[in-house]
Amino acid sequence: MNKIWLIMRREFLNRVQKKSFLIATILLPLIFPLLMAILVYAAIEQKKHASKEVVYYVDDSNRFVPDTAKYIFRKFPGPIDDAKKAFQHDQSHGLLFIPNFDLSNPQGITLYTKVNPSPNELGDLEGMLENQVKELKMVKFNISQKVLDSIKTDISIRTINISEEGHEETSNTNVLFGIGMACGIMMYIFIFIYGAQIMQGVIEEKTSKVVEVIVSSVKPFQLMMGKIMGLASVGLLQFLIWIILITTLSSVVLGFFGLEMPQQQMMNEMNRQYPEAQLQNQGMIEVMRLIGQIPFGYLIFNFLFYFLGGYLLYGALFAAVGSAVDSPAEAQQFMFPITIPMLISYFGLFTFILDDPDGTISTWLSIIPFTSPIAMMGRIGFGVPGWQLALSMVSLIGGFIFTTWVAGRIYRVGILMHGTKINYKVMAKWFMMKA
Amino acid sequence: MDALVVNQVTKRYTNHVALDDVSLNIPQHTIFGLLGPNGAGKTTLIRIINQIINADHGDIIIFGEKLQEKHIGAIGYLPEERGLYKKLKVGDQLIYLAQLKGLSAKVAAEKSKNWMRKFQITDWWNKKVEDLSKGMAQKVQFISTVMHEPRLIILDEPFSGFDPVNAQLITQEILELKQKGCTIIFSTHRMETVEDLCDDIALINKSKKILEGSKKKIKETYRTNTYTVEHRGMFSPSSERFELISQKNLEDTFFKSVIKMKDGNNPNQLIRDLTEVTEVHSFIEKIPSMSEIFITLVKGEHHE
Repeated sequence: MNKIWLIMRREFLNRVQKKSFLIATILLPLIFPLLMAILVYAAIEQKKHASKEVVYYVDDSNRFVPDTAKYIFRKFPGPIDDAKKAFQHDQSHGLLFIPNFDLSNPQGITLYTKVNPSPNELGDLEGMLENQVKELKMVKFNISQKVLDSIKTDISIRTINISEEGHEETSNTNVLFGIGMACGIMMYIFIFIYGAQIMQGVIEEKTSKVVEVIVSSVKPFQLMMGKIMGLASVGLLQFLIWIILITTLSSVVLGFFGLEMPQQQMMNEMNRQYPEAQLQNQGMIEVMRLIGQIPFGYLIFNFLFYFLGGYLLYGALFAAVGSAVDSPAEAQQFMFPITIPMLISYFGLFTFILDDPDGTISTWLSIIPFTSPIAMMGRIGFGVPGWQLALSMVSLIGGFIFTTWVAGRIYRVGILMHGTKINYKVMAKWFMMKA
Repeated sequence: MDALVVNQVTKRYTNHVALDDVSLNIPQHTIFGLLGPNGAGKTTLIRIINQIINADHGDIIIFGEKLQEKHIGAIGYLPEERGLYKKLKVGDQLIYLAQLKGLSAKVAAEKSKNWMRKFQITDWWNKKVEDLSKGMAQKVQFISTVMHEPRLIILDEPFSGFDPVNAQLITQEILELKQKGCTIIFSTHRMETVEDLCDDIALINKSKKILEGSKKKIKETYRTNTYTVEHRGMFSPSSERFELISQKNLEDTFFKSVIKMKDGNNPNQLIRDLTEVTEVHSFIEKIPSMSEIFITLVKGEHHE
C-alpha cells in the first residue's frame, strides 16, 4: 500500500509540476468563454458590416416586391434567357427567376448562382417569398393583419415537479437538456483525455525500459494502481481549481458589470429603459431563475463520482492496452472495443437519453457500468430515483474493480514483453497465465 | 552460508521451457558469473530472483531464508536494457527509485548525494535524464542499483555501453562492494569480464545448467596438458612424451610451437626433452580461457 502511495505521489507530481498542466488548468476556463465571445462578436460584426450582394431578378408574375434587408435586388430588363446569358459574365451574386405562378400552388421559382447557396441564404429568400405570398393571399381572402394577429396565440407550458415531500419546483426542460448535454459531453471528453494519458504513460515506461527496474521493487499491480490513482488525483485537483476559478471569476465579472443586484430588480431596470424588450426579458428572468435553482452541489458531486468511477473503469483498460503494445500507433487497433461503449452512450445521449430520460433504454444505459458515466450525466438534471442512482453507483464501483482485475492480469505480463506480435488471443493467454 | 541457493527451478512458457530444473549455489562475498548464450534463460532466472515473475517449480533461498517480498530491498538489479524516466531530474529519480526499495526520502536524498559526489557528478542533480549522454545515464543507473546498500547485486551485462574509462570506474566500484561484503551476480556473455572478475561461474545453455563451480577448479578440469613453447631452431614433430600440434615461424630461426603432453609425463620431463632438440626461450602451459571452455561446451551441446 505504501508503495502504491509512493507511485501515486510521483505520478501526481510529475504531471502537476509540468508547465502544461498549469497552463491548461488556468487557461481552459478562460479560453472557452473567451473563444465563444470572440466568435459571437465576430459573427455580429460580420453581419453588421457585410456588404449586400446584388441579386438580379426576372419577374414574370409582376407580383414580386423586393425586400432589400439582405440583398440588393435589381430588376433585369428582359426575358429570363437573356438574363441567364448576361449573368454568366456578371459579378452579381445570383439571378432569381419568378415565373407567373398560381397563388395557391407557387411553382417554378428558381435561383441561379455560380456557387452553391448556403441553406441560410435559401431560407432567407424562401421566407421572403412566403411572406409575400401570404400577404397576397390575405388580400385575396379579405383578412386584415389585425385579425391575423388575434388568431396567433403564444402558449408556453410551465412544468412543475412535485417532490415526494410535496415541494413544488418549476422545471425547465430546456435548461435541464442543456445541463445534461454539457455534463455528458464533458464526461466523454475527460474520460478519453485522462485514459489516453494513462496509456501514454504506460507505453513510455515500457519503451524507456525503466519498467524492469520498477517491477523489481514493486508488484506490477501496485505500479498500475499507483499510476491510475495518481492521474485520478491530478484530475480531481484540476476540477477543484476549475470550480474555484469559475465561481470566483463569474462573481468578479458580475460585480464588474454591476449585475450583482437581484435579478428581478435588474430586469425591471432594463425594462424601464427598453420597454420593447420587455417580452423577451420575461423569458430571460425565467431562465436565470431556473439556473439559480439548479442544485450545483448535487450536480458537482455526481459529476465527480462518475468521472472518478468512469475514469478508473476505463483507465485500467487503457493501462492494459498500453502494457501490451510497443508504440501508440500499435495501440490504435485495441482502442476500438474500449471506444464502443463510450460511443454508444455518447450517441445515446443525443438520440434518446435527453429526449426520454426515464425511458427503459436510458435507465439501463445509466445503470450498466460501461455506459453509466455518460448516460447518468445526461439524466441527472431531470431527477433520477434514488434506487437507480444507488444501483448505478454500486455497479460502477463493481465495474471498475472488475476491469482493474482483468487489466492487472494483462498488464503484469504485457509490460515485460517486447517485440511480440499482439492480438486478442495473445492477450487472453496472458490473462489466463497463472502468477 | 550461501548468499543465494537456487533449488531445482523450472519455468515453462506456453511454447518453450525457459528454465529446466536449474540449481545453483552462490557463495557469499563472491563475484558470481552467470554465463550463457543469448536466449539460454539467464534473464528468466534473474527475473525470478527479483520476484518479477514466479517459478513454476523449485524455490529460492536468499541468505538462508525463503525468498519473499521483504527481500526486495536486499537486492540491487541493473537490467541489461537500461532505462530511467527521461523527463525526471536525476536527483528526484534517484530518491524515487530508492524509496521504492524501502528507503525514507531523507536517507535516500543523503545517499544519492554521497554517490554523486563520489562519481563527481553533483552538478547533474537538477538535470533531466533526457539531457544526459548515454554514459552519464549509465552512471546514474548504476547508482540507483547500489545506493540502497543491497547485500546481493545482480548486474546484467554491466559493461555494455560504457567507455573504457567508465568501465574501469565501475569495475573499481564492484570490487569495492565485494570488499564491503556484497555478493555480486554478473550475467554476461563477455568472457573477458569473467576472466578478470569472477570467482565462481555457472554456465546455462538451452535452459539447463551445464557447468558450475569455482573458476579455478573449472580451468583445472578443462586443462588439456598443452603447452606453448617459444624456441630457436626447429625440432622434429613428435617424441615419446609429446605430440606437436602446431608450429609457427616468428622471425629468422625463432618459432612458436604448441605441444600436447602424452599421459603419464610431467612438464619437467618435457622441458628436459625439449632442451636437447632446441633452444627453449619460453615454456607456458596453455590454460584454456573461459571463452574457449564456453564455446567448447556450448558447441558440444549443440552437436548432440
